Amino acid sequence: MSDVTPGGDTRSTGEVQAPEDATRLEVVEVKRGMFGVGGSGDTSGYGGLVTPIAMPAASPRPYGSWFDQVVDVLSEVLTEAGVAPEEAIEKVVVDLHGADSADAQQAELTIDVAREHLVAVCQALRDDQDLRFELSLGVSGVHYPHDAGRELHAVYHLASVTHSRRLRLEVAAPDDDPHIPSTTSVYPSNDWHERETYDFFGIVFDGHPALTRIEMPDDWVGHPQRKDYPLGGIPVEYKGATVPPPDTRRSYS
Amino acid sequence: MSAPTDHRPHAPHATRPAGNEDMSSTVRAFEAYGDGDWDDIAREAIGEERIVVNMGPQHPSTHGVLRLMLEIDGETVTEARAGIGYLHTGIEKNMEFRTWTQGTTFCTRMDYVAPFFQEVGFCLAVEKLLGITDDVPERASVIRVLMMELNRITSHLVCLGTGGNEMGATTVMTVGFTAREEILRLFEAVTGLRMNHAYIRPGGVAVDTPEGFTTQARAALVKVRGYLKQMSDLMLANPIFKARLTGVGVLNLSGCMALAITGPVLRSTGLPYDVRKDNPYCGYETYDFDVPTSKGADCYDRAVLRIEECYQSLKIIEQAMERLDLTEGEPVMVADKKIAWPAQLAVGGDGQGNSLEHIKKIMGTSMEALIHHFKLVTEGFRVPVGQAWQTVEHPRGELGVHVVSDGGTRPYRAHFRDPSFNNLQGVSVMCEGGQVADVVVAVASLDPVLGGVDR
Repeated sequence: MSDVTPGGDTRSTGEVQAPEDATRLEVVEVKRGMFGVGGSGDTSGYGGLVTPIAMPAASPRPYGSWFDQVVDVLSEVLTEAGVAPEEAIEKVVVDLHGADSADAQQAELTIDVAREHLVAVCQALRDDQDLRFELSLGVSGVHYPHDAGRELHAVYHLASVTHSRRLRLEVAAPDDDPHIPSTTSVYPSNDWHERETYDFFGIVFDGHPALTRIEMPDDWVGHPQRKDYPLGGIPVEYKGATVPPPDTRRSYS
Repeated sequence: MSAPTDHRPHAPHATRPAGNEDMSSTVRAFEAYGDGDWDDIAREAIGEERIVVNMGPQHPSTHGVLRLMLEIDGETVTEARAGIGYLHTGIEKNMEFRTWTQGTTFCTRMDYVAPFFQEVGFCLAVEKLLGITDDVPERASVIRVLMMELNRITSHLVCLGTGGNEMGATTVMTVGFTAREEILRLFEAVTGLRMNHAYIRPGGVAVDTPEGFTTQARAALVKVRGYLKQMSDLMLANPIFKARLTGVGVLNLSGCMALAITGPVLRSTGLPYDVRKDNPYCGYETYDFDVPTSKGADCYDRAVLRIEECYQSLKIIEQAMERLDLTEGEPVMVADKKIAWPAQLAVGGDGQGNSLEHIKKIMGTSMEALIHHFKLVTEGFRVPVGQAWQTVEHPRGELGVHVVSDGGTRPYRAHFRDPSFNNLQGVSVMCEGGQVADVVVAVASLDPVLGGVDR
């Protein structure tokens, strides 16, 4: 997203303040104007609108349901393994998704993990009998160009067959150092999922046995699911005008 | 036979321009090597003979554009690798530029053999973000369950039918597809389409079932039950079928867990893991059904399980249809007019999906309703910032949907953990050490659909 509107309101180039209760992780997107596109010569006056988009903040204790127990046991196991839990676990987020309590089926637990401790956390989550997240349901990447210093996120979805539980691990890496340790030593199933995330986002999973592209051709340039990946327009012309690429079209988003 | 010097592939002098002195010396050196005698080359190669065969991406037994790289020694497969990406269409990226409602139109095209599962998974995830999980009307959930279970049968029928066809049992295929056709007609009656429905929408379903649907469905399902019986009679006691499948493509429980392989393949190892029981959605906890398992962990057991799962699905369908009869006339979309499209669309007498009553209202009496309708359809609704993860029990395993919203009218990111994508990682383990012919059987038992794998 371009950040300067030529001749537009100078407010749009100003520093964007995160909400007060947000930690450094939260601001993931900054929206400008009313229709999501800058530089369009919009004279409506709404071009100066700047809206920081913040992800849900860290949840306070108690989290509710089995969430407290899992976080406590994880901290214990990490301490035993010689990893300081306050270093490894950056943030715990409980998404209630409209439910009254964390006991509801739709409530979800997200644990933000520091990338250097990811493998230790996975190992603990898989092996401890009170955690037992045996099944890794893959890795999903998300690119937040506005989350400064933590642009690339990898999200791991874990499931416990033993306890019928699910949780999510989130790991972040900066754009200029897109390295995250590979979890294939703990969850061999993440092999292809990490390749996919590398292919689409350019996150390099250190220690992966064969980190190559999986969906795109081997000689492809760029990582298509990143937000800054240049999109092609549709070469449809009508009286000299062409249909612009989808990310530069006027949109409601 | 051609002249000895032409035996070498890419003979250098054949492509070099004439009159190049530097090149000619290279050519002479090349010619001196091995005297152009094939016997010498063969002698050198003995002991390290290594044949790599590419099976696919255009091979009838690979369920689409799956590429298998097989290293073979005689008829034995010593190494097997799967290559994918030939059907990558960037659906996830495309979804970022369409509204949340239009998202179902995209994700239904991922695994085109089981379209309803992507739709339901995506809509459940969006409903989580919207915080309306508990507001979805019961009738909508019943219709979703009904559609998914019908779809599970069609998917398993394709798996068994094409699997049989690949082994030369064409009748299995024709019976399977005939039975599937019965159910596709039901889909057509409800959604207007046989595949790619985009029928499940965030908040409910697009339109109520047509009048007399349960009567039509009950009549069709009697036939489906008959075809299922025919198929199991044809397959399960057939000595050739058993000989081809028993003990082939074995993958035990720890292998499945390590590779996160779910669905019938996991259940064939004896673990009754099914998301419908483990983490129920759409009210599955209120239906009476079993999760069939077996102990063999081979291709034969997976075929038996798939047939058994079809019968369990029929059991769920019967319960769902009873509830459908009981909830006749109840809403199939959330009451929130900021999410639900205002018209209860229905195919009119002119074959168009319009509600004449609604058009009369918005065009004749209510300008606000017209504006609201226009805004909701073109702009879409906004979804609160956050992320959600939803899994559903897909015919091939656990389908996961990860959606991220930035508070806009379009997904910031939508990711589908397709079970076929994950399960294909098991190809190496299941095929290595077996015969080339077993590869076909093993891949068929994984039942990959490449539209879902590549997305």
